[in-house]
Amino acid sequence: MAKKIENVGCPFCGVCCDDLVVTVSDDGKKILEVENACIIGSTVFHRAMEDRHALPRLRQPDGTYKEISYDEAIDYTAKVLQKAKKPLIYGFGSTNCEGMAAAAKVAEKAGAVIDNCASICHGSSFLAIFDNGYPSCTLGETKNRADVIVYWGANPAHAHPRHMSRYSIFPRGFFTGKGHKGRKIIVIDPRHTDTAQVADIHLQVKQGHDYDLFDAFRTVLRGHDIPDEVAGVKKEKIVEAVEILKKARFGTIFYGMGLCHSDGRNHNVDIAISLTRDLNDFTKWTIMAMRGHYNITGPGAVWSWQYGFPYCLDLTKRDIAHMNPGETSSVDLAMRDEVDAFINIGTDAAAHFPIEPVKHLRKHPWITIDPHPTMATEISDLHIPVGIVGVEVPGIVYRMDNVPIQYRKVIDAPDGVLNDEELFERIYQRLCELEAEDAAKTPAKTTPEGVRAGE
Amino acid sequence: MSELLIKNGFVFDPLQGIKGDRMDIAIKDGKIVETNTLSSPSVIDAAGMTVMAGGVDVHSHVVGPKVNVGRLFRPEDKLFKSPFKTCNRMEMGFSVPSTFKTGYDYARMGYSFVNEAAMPPLHSPHVHEEIRDTPIIDNAAMPVFGNNWFTLEYLKNNEIENNAAYTAWLLRATRGFAIKVVNPGGTEAWGWGLNCDNIHDPVPYFDITPAKIITGLIETNEFLGLPHSVHLHCNNLGNPGNYTDTLDSLRLAEGYTPKNNFGRDQVMHITHVQFSSYGGDSWKNIDSQAKTIMDYVNSHDNITVDMGQVTLDETTTMTADGPFEHHLQSLNNLKWVNTDVALETAAGVVPYVYSPNVKVSTIQWAIGLEIALYSNDLMRTFITTDHPNAGPFTRYPRVIKWLMSRAARDETMKTFKWLNRTIESTTIDSIDRELTLYEIAQMTRAGPAKALGISNTYGGLAPGMDGNVAIYALNPENMPSNPDMIESAFSRCAYLVKDGIVAVKGGEIVAEPPKRTVWVDVKVPENAQVQRDIYEHFLRHYSVGVENYQLFDEHLHNPRVIEVDTTQ
Repeated sequence: MAKKIENVGCPFCGVCCDDLVVTVSDDGKKILEVENACIIGSTVFHRAMEDRHALPRLRQPDGTYKEISYDEAIDYTAKVLQKAKKPLIYGFGSTNCEGMAAAAKVAEKAGAVIDNCASICHGSSFLAIFDNGYPSCTLGETKNRADVIVYWGANPAHAHPRHMSRYSIFPRGFFTGKGHKGRKIIVIDPRHTDTAQVADIHLQVKQGHDYDLFDAFRTVLRGHDIPDEVAGVKKEKIVEAVEILKKARFGTIFYGMGLCHSDGRNHNVDIAISLTRDLNDFTKWTIMAMRGHYNITGPGAVWSWQYGFPYCLDLTKRDIAHMNPGETSSVDLAMRDEVDAFINIGTDAAAHFPIEPVKHLRKHPWITIDPHPTMATEISDLHIPVGIVGVEVPGIVYRMDNVPIQYRKVIDAPDGVLNDEELFERIYQRLCELEAEDAAKTPAKTTPEGVRAGE
Repeated sequence: MSELLIKNGFVFDPLQGIKGDRMDIAIKDGKIVETNTLSSPSVIDAAGMTVMAGGVDVHSHVVGPKVNVGRLFRPEDKLFKSPFKTCNRMEMGFSVPSTFKTGYDYARMGYSFVNEAAMPPLHSPHVHEEIRDTPIIDNAAMPVFGNNWFTLEYLKNNEIENNAAYTAWLLRATRGFAIKVVNPGGTEAWGWGLNCDNIHDPVPYFDITPAKIITGLIETNEFLGLPHSVHLHCNNLGNPGNYTDTLDSLRLAEGYTPKNNFGRDQVMHITHVQFSSYGGDSWKNIDSQAKTIMDYVNSHDNITVDMGQVTLDETTTMTADGPFEHHLQSLNNLKWVNTDVALETAAGVVPYVYSPNVKVSTIQWAIGLEIALYSNDLMRTFITTDHPNAGPFTRYPRVIKWLMSRAARDETMKTFKWLNRTIESTTIDSIDRELTLYEIAQMTRAGPAKALGISNTYGGLAPGMDGNVAIYALNPENMPSNPDMIESAFSRCAYLVKDGIVAVKGGEIVAEPPKRTVWVDVKVPENAQVQRDIYEHFLRHYSVGVENYQLFDEHLHNPRVIEVDTTQ
């Protein structure tokens, strides 16, 4: 007898569909069927059990991996962290908030830099938000109210497959009973993407000239004239689009990496926010970043409440946290070879970083925490396998609109495999033990009076 | 078992009417007990010091999504403003401190209970995650109801019983504490970029007036008999001339009497009333109507208020009053965060500088103090700064100083650029009243605890209550001549005992006793209509499934349940 589990959250993209139905075998060990998910989400579940390791693996002098116990792996990791002057803990796009909180505790104890995938993704959005704010909404608002949708530099048809059907273009909401028939869709992209296929208006902006086009939008919106062509788009088309924006009852601009990682970067996002603010003088407009992984919004939330910064946190000063992207961002640190130990968790830095920083990081101890073998595990000194959040481990994740979604587990992790939170808690305990051993050797290093160490 | 005896302090406990008597307080196993039940206690010598129950904050934005976006989007709030680490965890931020700093700073001020002012129900797992990471202090959180579609629909049709069943369901779903109402109707109108300008301005589409939402929620609250009353952030908040709207809202409570088993006497709490007591008709001629408002409050026993005192700092405003924050960003042109939450509420966040060089700021400062100084009953008037809206909660000791010392008020007023204009537009200069330590204890512990319906546990020192005791280095028989000493004594308590454990000693954190999440579980008869409505709305209009919306038990941390049974 197979068992159906309903209301399952999907551990793939920032859309965080929570309506999956997963059929598992009676013994709770195998996934038989996944309903409602897109092809990518479904694959995450079906391939969950492939290529799994039940024990950590330590690199041997001959280049091969040898299985070791979790205790040994935790001891190794704690000692690497303790010895390093500027360790970096990076990743977190694909784990739960409980794991992020536990990792921050370790980073603070070890005096590490802690950073997440936003560093190479929507980090530039944060810079714009620091300067200009973020007039946004939850995705349910868009579904229930929006009659105009803009996708700017984003291609959800491929990257967020159910975004358009769950929240933006197609759903019938409370005030949007006509579904897509009642909505105008504007897509702004240099390429004629599959998302552009469903647009009423596709503005083929000249690549790298998004800022110019935003500027033209704002100028027209404020009643001024613009040149006959801006950023490769004809004036009439711009005026037409602005009229649609202005006449909307409720609109949402969804933007992707086409803005935050093309020429202009944070400035593109900044002016997108300014356009949204301008539009609110006429009607109701909101803006939202198309965050990638299912919980990449999570570390921005968790570390903001713990330290006040969403990413690039330098805790190496040990008394205050410090953030300055460019100085404390992972790739920049690695480019300058400042990092002398690296923990890669819940992402694949080897696949995503440029090759130069990877080469630098590779010179020092590199520990990868990931359920599966990845490019990173292949060049690591230590691979610690963990349970898959959303498949084997429950927990809270944050959707792209900052709404927390409670994820469930559907099957058991392989016997003996820890989850991220347990792993970091144990690394923390081991660090405390090592610190106590050190303190016993050199009494001068004990904690100051009036402060209780440990928790 | 652990025993603690606090000897010879001057004890102020308004719940028992103790006014600075020299006496001992005994704690055993985390609870206050009679002194003769202890066998071999450890002793704290509190001779020459002031002893009060742990502080209770009725209204403070400390955990949740809008607080967190306030942290996230203001890196400058950390820069050169964060103290070096002395505790288990780093403490970052000034106006919107990190969760750790929030817990530590409240403890240092002698507080043990803080009521989070607004929880968007959809975000309740986030709120509870932050509560987990806020050390020492106990927390409750109030879900917002005033713009919730279920509430609007039920109240429009006068379905109090259905609304009550839904309210009970939502309190359980979010592990919430009370009915919070923010700009009723206006925040829903903000979904279309609009607002409800006064309490008779109907909500677009839903066609119900804010007045009807407020009275409907009072009826719901008393139908259920919840510990706390309706907790209202008034319509048209923050605008010149709004005191008439506030009076209109206050009058809605007339004729309602509290019905509960928790010792609460009010049916409506008006929060941060300073922001709702403005006369004039523009920023040019704004003046204080604090006396008008407080005359009404003084003569109506079923109302409580808190101050929302402006502290003259650079801070971060944040509220579920979405249209207000949009208005604010158009005034100061600073960065603006907005989050509309589907079917439920909205939120806005804008940094703000209350400067002694700005006339409106100093008038606001005066109005807040007038609220307290005109109050005839400080058991119904509480100290808040609507943290962080009018200033950070870490300024409570300064507010206490201003309230206790005319000289301190004069000293601050000397720094005002528009002193004469401030004096003309307010009555602050004509008030000589200086509050006593007993009255401060009323405003910061006993009163809020009673209004929240938790005065059997918090806010007092009677046997059986939680062993939460704050000791301040202030001798009531020999008060310092320099009012700054009052501020420093309340900033860093000599001791905070939390659940019988010494958490703060000499103003420093020495232990982190476990903290609790307080929530209200209401038992109501099964209601098929409401169950169906919930099913329908979640099926068609929500963006998460109803099963995933309700907080999982594993995400509720160290709960303390207050049970209410309406089926008896």
